Amino acid sequence: MKGKKRVYPYIPNSEPRVREAMLREIGVDSVDDLLGDIPEGIRMKSRMNLPEPFTAEADLKRHVEGILSRNITVGEYLSFLGAGCYDHHVPAVVDEVIGRSEFLTAYAGEPYEDHGRFQVLFEYQSMMAELLDFDVCNVPTYDGAQAAGTSLRMASRLTGRKKALLAGNMNPDRLKVVRTYLDSVMTVEMLGWDRSSGLLDLEDLGAKMSEEVAAIYFENPSYLGTIEDQGEMVARAAHEAGALMVVFADPSTLGVLEPPSRYGADIACGDIQPLGVHMNYGGGLGGFICTKGENRFIEEYPSRLFGITPTREKEWGFGDVAWERTSFANRETAKEFVGTHAALWGVAAAVYLASMGPEGMADLGKVILQRSLYARKVLGEVPGVSTGKPSGVSFKEFVVDFGQSGRDVVEINEKLLACGIFGGKDLSREFPELGQSALYCVTEKTSKKDIDRLVEALSEILR
Amino acid sequence: MTLRKRAFHHMRWNEPIIYQLSTPGHRGLLVPEAEEGIEQAVGDGLSSIPIGMRRSDSPSLPELAQPQVVRHFNRLSQENLGADLNIDIGQGTCTMKHNPKINEVFAGSPKMTDLHPCQDQSTVQGILEILYRTEEIFREISGLDCCSIQPGGGTHGALAMATMVRAWHRDRGEDGRRDEIITTLFSHPSDAAVPKVKGYKVVILPPDEEGLPDMEAYRSALSERTAAIFFTNPEDTGIFNSRIAEFTELARKNGALCCYDQANANGLLGIARAREAGFDMSFFNLHKTFSSPHGCGGPATGLLMVDRVLEPYLPVPVVRWDEKGGRYYLDFNLPKSCGKVKAFYGVIPVVLRAYAWIMSLGAEGLEEASRIAVLNNNYFMKKMLEVRGCSISFPRHPARIEQVRYSWEEMKRETGFGTADVQRRIADFGTHYWSSHEPWVIPEPFTIEPSESYSKEDLDEYLGIMEQISRECYEEPEKIRHAPESSTIHLIDHEYLDDPDRWAITWRQYTKKYRGYFERR
Repeated sequence: MKGKKRVYPYIPNSEPRVREAMLREIGVDSVDDLLGDIPEGIRMKSRMNLPEPFTAEADLKRHVEGILSRNITVGEYLSFLGAGCYDHHVPAVVDEVIGRSEFLTAYAGEPYEDHGRFQVLFEYQSMMAELLDFDVCNVPTYDGAQAAGTSLRMASRLTGRKKALLAGNMNPDRLKVVRTYLDSVMTVEMLGWDRSSGLLDLEDLGAKMSEEVAAIYFENPSYLGTIEDQGEMVARAAHEAGALMVVFADPSTLGVLEPPSRYGADIACGDIQPLGVHMNYGGGLGGFICTKGENRFIEEYPSRLFGITPTREKEWGFGDVAWERTSFANRETAKEFVGTHAALWGVAAAVYLASMGPEGMADLGKVILQRSLYARKVLGEVPGVSTGKPSGVSFKEFVVDFGQSGRDVVEINEKLLACGIFGGKDLSREFPELGQSALYCVTEKTSKKDIDRLVEALSEILR
Repeated sequence: MTLRKRAFHHMRWNEPIIYQLSTPGHRGLLVPEAEEGIEQAVGDGLSSIPIGMRRSDSPSLPELAQPQVVRHFNRLSQENLGADLNIDIGQGTCTMKHNPKINEVFAGSPKMTDLHPCQDQSTVQGILEILYRTEEIFREISGLDCCSIQPGGGTHGALAMATMVRAWHRDRGEDGRRDEIITTLFSHPSDAAVPKVKGYKVVILPPDEEGLPDMEAYRSALSERTAAIFFTNPEDTGIFNSRIAEFTELARKNGALCCYDQANANGLLGIARAREAGFDMSFFNLHKTFSSPHGCGGPATGLLMVDRVLEPYLPVPVVRWDEKGGRYYLDFNLPKSCGKVKAFYGVIPVVLRAYAWIMSLGAEGLEEASRIAVLNNNYFMKKMLEVRGCSISFPRHPARIEQVRYSWEEMKRETGFGTADVQRRIADFGTHYWSSHEPWVIPEPFTIEPSESYSKEDLDEYLGIMEQISRECYEEPEKIRHAPESSTIHLIDHEYLDDPDRWAITWRQYTKKYRGYFERR
């Protein structure tokens, strides 16, 4: 390439004759003449020191795929990992729709030329609201962790109070993010939970409840997998003290489990990754927030809310509801902030829910329950392994305690890895009180054969 | 200018709402069933659910067979206009550019999609290497030292910066005292909104006569209460703040951190960097400057770069290379870390695409991208100012970097039509036009950013559209008044969207309020 100016496929006007013609039109000799405002003192003195590029697509493909080939996928190994990111089946129809250029490469345009995404996301909001049995859902947030943080801030604005009571059995990674959102506006106090059942400690809740509390927050199922069945009592405690109840729900459970609204939640939030989004090494998350339709709730959403409206010719039209809430409209006086979040995952979840329908969601819940119950049962029968604590009923995740085996989770997982199995997430650091325990996850993709293979491998390892 | 002859009409499917397409009993997808041995061992599973927790009804989701699902959503996709289909230069500040198709092959590979974030790190060496290499590249692009890929967008990048500012001053025992962040009127709205979320008082600098942040106002705003400055440069006027180093120097002397919103980096790659301009940290939008597609509004990444002294405060984890062990790993051990802004590690496929884009161009190519973006912008500006009724903010600055905020003030005065009218009409031409961020201190504003992806012919075609719309505003007002005519739908009624009594955010809300077509119940 020496001496010859390269023409770049992604940069049409890098072609020298075109460039010259445009410079002439502007009336300057070179692009440098257009950069005069940038003082010499802060200009780069030499070219950036970057690796040699792969300018030909074929070479780039070889390079990138060469690096990626060092990854081992959950398709290649057998995975029992969950903990906030789940290996559910992603229907081909979802990938087909979100791969469409018209959705994939669109910005976030206006009600006319981007009518399609307004309607899809309105439908997304509508289906999520039904799944959660609420009236309103937002356009997706960055992730469920942000949805949790914002739900608590909404509760704070709604009650005028500054304290959040968070369940001690919540996801610790999520807790770190929630703290970032609450820091400087709300204080956090952790609620106790019962080590034997895995359920919330209502006595502790009673002791910590006060007139300062804006909201009680818990996850259902909890991080450790148990289904919290005391929701109504928690809601009563919250409401009697003038606080709200915020529940983080896994949408994949809602074909068979009651949604939080039915046991008194004022705000439900969660992550839509289980609804047809690939895990993407944790990059496939997107959050939802659902509430009743009262305006006092709607006014507190920072997110975009797409609404339906008539057109001159009686078509379905769409646009932003209550735009003045948002930071786009009102900058520093807005309700928190809004920006580019995770709209495409909302499109994915819409296609997923429309494909699954009520029967699909019920079937999904049922098979996950059956297979995880089975896994929990047969794993518990392996000598040295216990799956009885916490004893609460679990949905897709449960705690496997290796304490009696005298082995630690790190060692067990290493040995499982050698058998081509990703063992459950090590809990020994996040919940030291659980000893050498791991969080195992079973989805509709995990077959009986897979579970039996795990049991066999563990029996061998722990022998 | 000759308008390329098109006879555009957007697809108009009049597609029903998905609930209207539902037929009881239809299925779009079947789910695996439990094996016989499982049934025998644990029963139906459902009876294990604690009393009161078993869903008593079926969620009211639509019921469709798969062909109807596909048709519905594909029709809606046809009523959308991606950057792959239009000359997408009307969304200033958002750097719409080509999204190379090969990058979608990478992002869609199971080697990317099917990785769990808690997998043993020996099994994700490939993706960790991509993340590590990306950090190395951004050291050169920014001049700064350390990286977090965690933020999920530009605004989230700003949140990460504000969170680090807090951690930094807290560590110095100055957090209580330093409670203000200074930003500017033409910075992105998030630069004002985000510090507020972190509990800061926000001080906003007005522009001076040149359109740059007012230096006198700045000097009097700085105090021992200033925690940081949040600046964009260039702002969406496209004017580079040539005194930027003075601004950062004053902040530094004052003990404040200098934070750079580099969402608008597309004209500066390889030309001017955060480091030399005196910034302590900066975020970059990988879904803008670095080519990852916008996806109708995310997922995205606001990659954060910081000076070495700020490394201890980064969100956890960070990606590192273990020389001795010959492996990449995630380091969670940053005792002074500001915490986390996002679950797990960030939006990894977006980082992967950005890496591939950079590696397809190299240092010379990145600089070329910026130079052509600047060329395109100044070419477009020259021609745009010949369009009747259009003017530019702060006309004394002859050249701009990569975007310009224009104004239809004159046209509005002369015809009654302004930027919202142009926005409606342009849908009839198969392209897109936004306006500008609030506040509209420049009347009837619009911001155009013709990134390096657009050919001269593309720019001429867009200019031809603008010229035609302007002519119609002056000569054929009926066309504007009734626009859009050739789009997906006709003029919408905005009042429903601002009236609590009439708005409906879900189909459930709609059917509670209305029956048929907006007939009140």
